[in-house]
Amino acid sequence: MNDLSAILTPEYLAVVLLPALIAGVAVSLCSSLLGVSMVLKRCSMIGDGLSHVGYGTLCIAVAMGWAPIQVTIPVVIVAAYILLRLSESRKSRGDTAIAMFSTSALALGILVSSKANLTTDVSHYMFGSILAMTHGDVILSVVLSVCVLLVYLLFYDKIFAVTFDENFAQATGLNVRFYNLLIAVLTAVTVVLGMMMMGALLISSLMIFPAVTAMRICRSFKRVVVTSVIISVTCFLVGLFLSLWLDTAVGASVILTNLAAFALASLISMLTRRRKPQTADVPKE
Amino acid sequence: MALLTCKDLTLRYETLTVMEHLSFTVEKGDYLCIVGENGSGKSTLMKCLLGLKSADGGTLTLGDGLKRSEIGYLPQQSEIQRDFPASVEEVVLSGCLNSRALHPFYTKAEKQRALEQMECLKITALRKRCYRELSGGQQQRVLLARALCATKKLLLLDEPVTGLDPVVTTELYGILEHIHKEHGITIIMVTHDVECAVRHAKKILHIGKGESFFGTCEAYMQSEVGQKFLDASGHFEGGKFCHTHHTPQKGDGEHE
Repeated sequence: MNDLSAILTPEYLAVVLLPALIAGVAVSLCSSLLGVSMVLKRCSMIGDGLSHVGYGTLCIAVAMGWAPIQVTIPVVIVAAYILLRLSESRKSRGDTAIAMFSTSALALGILVSSKANLTTDVSHYMFGSILAMTHGDVILSVVLSVCVLLVYLLFYDKIFAVTFDENFAQATGLNVRFYNLLIAVLTAVTVVLGMMMMGALLISSLMIFPAVTAMRICRSFKRVVVTSVIISVTCFLVGLFLSLWLDTAVGASVILTNLAAFALASLISMLTRRRKPQTADVPKE
Repeated sequence: MALLTCKDLTLRYETLTVMEHLSFTVEKGDYLCIVGENGSGKSTLMKCLLGLKSADGGTLTLGDGLKRSEIGYLPQQSEIQRDFPASVEEVVLSGCLNSRALHPFYTKAEKQRALEQMECLKITALRKRCYRELSGGQQQRVLLARALCATKKLLLLDEPVTGLDPVVTTELYGILEHIHKEHGITIIMVTHDVECAVRHAKKILHIGKGESFFGTCEAYMQSEVGQKFLDASGHFEGGKFCHTHHTPQKGDGEHE
């Protein structure tokens, strides 16, 4: 266990912790918003696929000496478009195609970075390095998060309609393809930002956990969205604090805090729904 | 001019041709039921009418000033909706989306419209409830209210009574009758329940392999296709009711 008063010097607070906090809160906010749509649309694997593609691109960008985020974001946006098309196509199984596409991109990235002897340089993107983010990264994260947030709010009603019932939305004249693409693009941006923070391996669970937890205890879409934002930001803050205190990895601590929140919410929903017992869906080992 | 005209329509499901050279029209004020056996292409035709799928041959034209965005739709309930956390109000309001272009939030008039439709279908009291916790009949009412928010002219329904018990089914047909007569909304319904179809509809479109029929209910009951199908389905329905395997008993169903 760390002695917090020794770590938290004013200098450390201002230079390392404060930027990490700001960027972390911003990204947690975005990821929880998009997580709701992803979970409800049954396409959580798109987030996972995007993080694979993102990691692969980062490897190549680092090997080539390009600016990592600036290169990765557009590539992942294009990948989001491709993954969306793949998941729509009926002829090939959507999930299989996504797995093949995204792991190939990952493999390519690893190949390039291992050839350039950069495996250790890029490995911190695997597990995230929120406390090592540069000021430029932090500013970019915050700006993009605000954009994601604004777009989400402006199109909130349409995102609901497309998430709830795609066929109805399309039949009554809404441009469903456009909104699906919008959701995918926002997800892509969030995945890349989250990847620097939480790591490529953990970002998809940062999106999914708060949404699933909120769905356990809320009964309207608006409440699910608001609650999942609150859960996400709270779990991030608690996780970050715990990681400083216990000297553990930030990303992993945040995810495990989310797991604890999920367990708590499940317990609450079980207790409040005693009257209508449901089958337990906890996998038994 | 007719609201909807299908001429020489050919539809494929992936590579399989499900129907060829189908022609029919829907006039303003019609109540049309589309019947046929499973796999006869009813759902594919519905998708085409809704614009979710393009025709593989022939034409489908909207007339009488009807726009794509003025069609209301009651879908078959999908997997996603069953565990979706949404309040009744949110679902009904989402039917209003088509009538506005770029306005980001719901207007007062739209909220009022949603409220009126909920009133009409007697679900105002359920407004704040969670959609997934409602009974099948209540859920259908909610989706119907949403469809009515989307249209003042034409309502398309895809197997609306599937999974509902007889009482609720009768109730739903009553509501549709009311909407059709009082609100003057044209109805097109896909159904497997041919007996109810001939009882409520004005016109029947029967689609099937080789034999199809389009005309009034009376003519359908006189026709060879209609008689054959009505007999067959009556027999089938009878058989189904005899073999209900859903008899909950105490002490049953506990298998660990």
